Amino acid sequence: MSDAALEEFALRMGDNCLILGQRVSAWCGYAPALEEDIAMANVALDLIGQAKLWLALAGALEGKGRDADALAFLRDARAFRNCLLVEQPNGDYGQTLMRQFLFDAWHVPMLEGLAASREERVAAIAAKTAKEAAYHRDRSADLVIRLGDGGEESRRRMQTALDLLWPFAGELLAADETEARLAGEGVIPDLADIAKKWTAFVEPALEEATLVPPKDAPVRKGGKQGLHTEALGYVLAEMQWLQRAYPGATW
Amino acid sequence: MAEAPTKPSVGDIWRWLEDAPDPEIPVLSVVDLGIVRAVEWRGETLIVTVTPTYSACPATSVIALDVEAMLRRRGIADVKIETRLVPPWTTDWISEKGREKLRAYGIAPPEGAVCAGAAKAAGARIACPRCGSTNTEEISRFGSTPCKASWRCKDCLEPFDYFKSF
Repeated sequence: MSDAALEEFALRMGDNCLILGQRVSAWCGYAPALEEDIAMANVALDLIGQAKLWLALAGALEGKGRDADALAFLRDARAFRNCLLVEQPNGDYGQTLMRQFLFDAWHVPMLEGLAASREERVAAIAAKTAKEAAYHRDRSADLVIRLGDGGEESRRRMQTALDLLWPFAGELLAADETEARLAGEGVIPDLADIAKKWTAFVEPALEEATLVPPKDAPVRKGGKQGLHTEALGYVLAEMQWLQRAYPGATW
Repeated sequence: MAEAPTKPSVGDIWRWLEDAPDPEIPVLSVVDLGIVRAVEWRGETLIVTVTPTYSACPATSVIALDVEAMLRRRGIADVKIETRLVPPWTTDWISEKGREKLRAYGIAPPEGAVCAGAAKAAGARIACPRCGSTNTEEISRFGSTPCKASWRCKDCLEPFDYFKSF
């Protein structure tokens, strides 16, 4: 197995968690109810903890002495490997929940598959974090169903969020060359299998939520190769400015 | 060749760790919580292996510092704290004594054993730590720390923390 492919994959896992964690953390102090505020802060915290594990592995594989902090705070947008879905703006609360739901529905089967990886460092992180992802998915699916199958206004907002975000989900579900190679080596699961599990979870939940995915939507991708939407630059500007302005600053 | 007579036994060190509190729930020791996985001497170095509760639990790094400081106060100069992820921590590892301490402190202890893949405590009857009633309901799946959920007692009307089964 090539270390470069594994490093690339660890960056993708870590950057997905980091960017989504940074996005979700922006609700801290602003969520529509106290319980939701606490939930958002906890989900963000879990994701940033998970990002730290993956990015530490990526840094170790790279072997140039970069730790998780260096990778998080000192890379530019083109070096980030997260999917486009997680960098999309928070929008209203419905949009934030829909983004979380589409991501969690992928994250859980992916981590469960990775827990059986032949690469033991990958398996260890996946086994540790899969339970946390499952806890997130229980909540995001529950809220998507309640708000979709809720009042007229909440249903309208959830459908708008689904129309907006659906095209970004495909990137998580299709393997590129790196992932196909790692799957062939037994390091990561086959993404076609993950896509089936994703669909088996998402379809009935959306049906219960009375929401309809857009037909013939294009797949918007590129994040895994470092080609991001405009949105990522704003996330990084906010997340990285302190370390950029005051290099090496600590608490 | 003889070892210094002052080198404490592994059993002594486990007993000391039973007095090392969790920084966020100080009634629990790190041993009650089940996060100390091993204690061993490697030559003159004492290795204490800990496992994190949640990936991002802010208490984990404080725990490592506290344990190291406590062992140094006990006269062990060469201490190394190692972190191990496998097997992942579960609330099943919280000791019986720990569960009783949680209840007395006002936190409902985790209910039932954790089954693989079933994060939902569906149908679980969580007893109110104040009045003991199981006529309770979940307010939020999350709480003031990563390990807790927010619940409410419908008899004594008090809200309480539930240490979620995980």
